[in-house]
Amino acid sequence: MYSFDIQRPTSVADAVAALGTDEALPLGGGQTLIPTLKQRLSAPSVLVSLTGIADIKGVCTADDGALCIGGGTTHATVAREASSYPGLAALAGNIGDPAVRNRGTIGGSVANNDPSACYPAAVLASGATVVTNNRSIAADDYFQGMFATALDEGEIVTEVRFPVPEKSCYMKFEQPASRFALVGVFVAKYADGVRVAVTGASEDGVFRWTEAEEALSANFAPEAVDGLSVSGDGMISDLHGSGAYRAHLVGVMTKRAVAAAS
Amino acid sequence: MPKDHGIGASPKRREDVRFLTGAGNYTDDINVHGQAYVHFLRSDVAHGKISKIDTSAAEGMPGVVRIFTGADFEGVGGLPCGWQVTDKHGEPMKEPAHPVLCQGKVRHVGDPIAAVVADSLEEARTAAEAIVVDIEELPAVVDMGKALEAGATKVHDDLDDNLCYDWQFGTDTETTDAAFKSAAHVTTLELVNNRLVANPMEPRVAVGDYSRAGDDYTLYTTSQNPHVIRLLMGAFVLGIPEHKLRVVAPDVGGGFGTKIFHYAEEAFCTFAAKACNRPVKWTSTRSEAFMSDAHGRDHVTRIELALDKDNNFIGVRTDTKANMGAYLSTFSSSVPTWLHGTLMAGNYKTPAVQVNVKAVFTNTVPVDAYRGAGRPEATFQLERVIDQAARELGVDPIALRRQNFITQFPYATPVAVEYDTGDYEATMAKMEELMDIPGFAARRAESEKKGMLRGLGVNCFIEACGIAPSNLVGQLGARAGLYDAATVRVNATGSISVMVGAHSHGQGHETVFPQVVAEMLGIDESMIDIVHGDTSKIPFGMGTYGSRSLAVCGSAMVRATEKIINKAKKIAGHLLEASDSDIELKDGMFSVAGTDKSVAWGDVTLAAYVPHNYPLEEIEPGLEETAFYDPANFTYPAGAYACEVEVDPETGKVTIEKFVSADDFGNVVNPMIVEGQVHGGIAQGIGQALLENCAYDENGQLLSASYMDYAMPRADDIPHMAHYVVDHSCQTPCTHNPLGVKGCGEAGAIGSPPTVVNAVIDALHSGGHTHVSHIDMPVSPSRVWAAMNGQ
Ligand SMILES: Cc1cc2nc3c(=O)[nH]c(=O)nc-3n(C[C@H](O)[C@H](O)[C@H](O)COP(=O)(O)OP(=O)(O)OC[C@H]3O[C@@H](n4cnc5c(N)ncnc54)[C@H](O)[C@@H]3O)c2cc1C
Repeated sequence: MYSFDIQRPTSVADAVAALGTDEALPLGGGQTLIPTLKQRLSAPSVLVSLTGIADIKGVCTADDGALCIGGGTTHATVAREASSYPGLAALAGNIGDPAVRNRGTIGGSVANNDPSACYPAAVLASGATVVTNNRSIAADDYFQGMFATALDEGEIVTEVRFPVPEKSCYMKFEQPASRFALVGVFVAKYADGVRVAVTGASEDGVFRWTEAEEALSANFAPEAVDGLSVSGDGMISDLHGSGAYRAHLVGVMTKRAVAAAS
Repeated sequence: MPKDHGIGASPKRREDVRFLTGAGNYTDDINVHGQAYVHFLRSDVAHGKISKIDTSAAEGMPGVVRIFTGADFEGVGGLPCGWQVTDKHGEPMKEPAHPVLCQGKVRHVGDPIAAVVADSLEEARTAAEAIVVDIEELPAVVDMGKALEAGATKVHDDLDDNLCYDWQFGTDTETTDAAFKSAAHVTTLELVNNRLVANPMEPRVAVGDYSRAGDDYTLYTTSQNPHVIRLLMGAFVLGIPEHKLRVVAPDVGGGFGTKIFHYAEEAFCTFAAKACNRPVKWTSTRSEAFMSDAHGRDHVTRIELALDKDNNFIGVRTDTKANMGAYLSTFSSSVPTWLHGTLMAGNYKTPAVQVNVKAVFTNTVPVDAYRGAGRPEATFQLERVIDQAARELGVDPIALRRQNFITQFPYATPVAVEYDTGDYEATMAKMEELMDIPGFAARRAESEKKGMLRGLGVNCFIEACGIAPSNLVGQLGARAGLYDAATVRVNATGSISVMVGAHSHGQGHETVFPQVVAEMLGIDESMIDIVHGDTSKIPFGMGTYGSRSLAVCGSAMVRATEKIINKAKKIAGHLLEASDSDIELKDGMFSVAGTDKSVAWGDVTLAAYVPHNYPLEEIEPGLEETAFYDPANFTYPAGAYACEVEVDPETGKVTIEKFVSADDFGNVVNPMIVEGQVHGGIAQGIGQALLENCAYDENGQLLSASYMDYAMPRADDIPHMAHYVVDHSCQTPCTHNPLGVKGCGEAGAIGSPPTVVNAVIDALHSGGHTHVSHIDMPVSPSRVWAAMNGQ
């Protein structure tokens, strides 16, 4: 680890100001960033810890019924408190291990946008809104490929707003070593249609499987997915599975998510 | 009634109090006043010529004490290999130099190019970034087949090619060929025994210290065998005589073989402590461990099994390529030969067994012994090919094994070893009972109702443990004896310290060894402590590996305790005014046979140290005895294992539903510890079978270089304890050591991988995937899916 200064602001405004300095980075739960620092793969001069900002922590319900989760809320808190959105609470409760869930935050996860992370699938499948210190970004515009998002430098994720679906489920097929998603599929059924988002599989990061969405919007049943498939081209191919295998799993996990949705 | 003390009891592990409360003293806990820290600059390419190393900028950086490169080690010895294998033409194996720091070339990712010693670790790391290294990259030699092709790039320029040795062993070619010619059926399989990273919980650490006053050195290191390190490093690398070199291996957090070997970092810290006149400490990171700890396994084999018309095994022939990596690690050469070829008869009376092994240099981390070392590789081949033969012949795999069992002991195999005792029928029957084989069909039907495929896999194994008779291994090329030693020091008040050569790094010696001495003397175990892990405290020791601690070192301890008893009886005879031949020792009391005259253990020990009333003209005062024990033969633990798996036909994911082991370890001193050893061994075997995969790409880059990609087994990968049954009730005691023990440390890791793979293949066949004869380990979901789908 190279040496750095650390700041612990207690308001978003102070955090944004602190991030104005060169080579400053926000620090959420540190579950991704700290290992990167330890390996000397990143050399920020200032770390701006967000954990002291009470305003961006916690789970609540907005007037329009959306579930609002502060950007600094830990996975453990979401697992415990997002009871109005069981599919989301279950997803959070199955990220990493207890230590990771007690430190890692939703803001850090969606800011990082790891192609195998779980939250991006929920955010995209819910058509959620990513709220930052200066704007609101629709999920469809937010994720821009592996580790790439619409966030500007120094922009902080303060909240993620999830419209609550009638039924939902996240099915994660774990990569055997990291236990991130080898393929994870989040299915969310709303009054106006079904959204399906896939993580872990594509070289472009999380994506919507629109063909399945259409079929499931017409008939929300596992059989609706029969005969549909995604192409193995552009899928991640590595030690843990070929692109063709991942493409196959997208179908299997989608069906299982539909069958188990509640 | 189970015993509550002595041999056969299961007292809780006394060492766990310190391990579980953070009171252990591991090497990284040792800090020597004034110590500096070393960071190794390691190669990030697999193969290349070093054209330039410029340390000038780094030398002036804050905190830097000194920077070392290969040039500083000219005239210093290389890391030695402890076993010379002779090839099939009578030629010695090729032994390329293994310098402490690279000289001229880098040969694997992780090869240490330079070492920065600085006041702090962070300063050492920062300075290392300022070292300029120019490497002319060479093509990486990764695949063993390609490595042996004519004209292949050479890992070592001074050798003719990448072949370390071409070894042949067992039955001669003419007899073997004749067996195969007369066969009614031949089954052939091509198998990979996957490369593994041992991953003990504690990474390696070394602290070197040098005293100018006495011109002597101390090395604190994470070792399974401090005397072996003293011998190898002192005599072969640094030229330090034994009396000037102390090696301490304190609490060690797991070894699994990978901490047997003498490593460059140990020699470096010892050397640099003198060169810098400061203690030097190195603590491996987990990332460094992946590219510098010796790896395990990595064999590619073609095995053939010949059967006659009645399904009797009549011949086994194997052709194996064994990866040595870039250099020969300490025991690397012995693993695919003497620890592997000698086990190729298995539990079966096959008359012709021929083993062929080519050891190959590649641009990868050195490969050496890992839990089981050679014996898992042997078992895997044999038990996979037997299973496949049963399938091809349409016979029951259990019946086929039974029919070919060795039943008469002692039994001399065609591969040089003589099994002293065993009862393979007993362990097979025990396994069948515990597994409830007749109930399998119903369990399979239940699984199928859920849409899952269920498979049953069985396996038998034999291992050669209690390593090893020195005269025999000497003939086979070992450059050391493999005896062990113990000193029993009885104190004046009767308490005892036993100094043992076997190192305990998780095995539980501190609990088990006192049970033995307590049983022999009839005193309380709490009066006995074990001392190990320090060359200045123990007489000698070849260390812990090859399931040898109790069988070899424990035997030395028994012999030393017998000497104590003999002397104590003489003292008691004097005190009781009787002949020592009439003295009996029972429950800590010496009595004159047939009388009520007795004297207690503590009175005798006190007399030995306060010899006022003592036969000084006949015996010396004091009560301390040492014994060295060299085993007459290997020991041969054996067993029968079975498991049931469910395979998800949609994803290829394998779940182990039940695992049963029936082992014969001979006599058992502490049943709880034996069970723990088997549980752990099976967990590692399940790891190898389903999860662990140390993979390189074609450029020699390690693909699984962290836990993000290297899958270690976790609690939920192992069956629930209710379905994880280990049994050791079948006992045919070893005939040639005093305790009748055989060793239990490696069995689980040897017996389990083929059991799991056999079960998966069985499951796939039940699902109609009858074209699948084998899947290479790890049998990961993607591989199972690919096999089912013919990809
Ligand atoms: C052992 C382990 C297992 C894991 N398993 C999983 C898993 O199964 N599924 C999964 O999805 N994830 C998994 N993770 C990742 C985990 O969820 C992380 O917590 C998450 O990816 C990052 O969140 P964080 O709060 O720790 O962010 P940090 O590590 O603090 O930061 C990550 C990045 O986001 C930036 N950042 C942090 N907070 C904000 C914010 N509010 N606004 C803008 N930028 C911000 C940082 O500057 C940094 O670049 C695992 C991690 C570990 C260590």
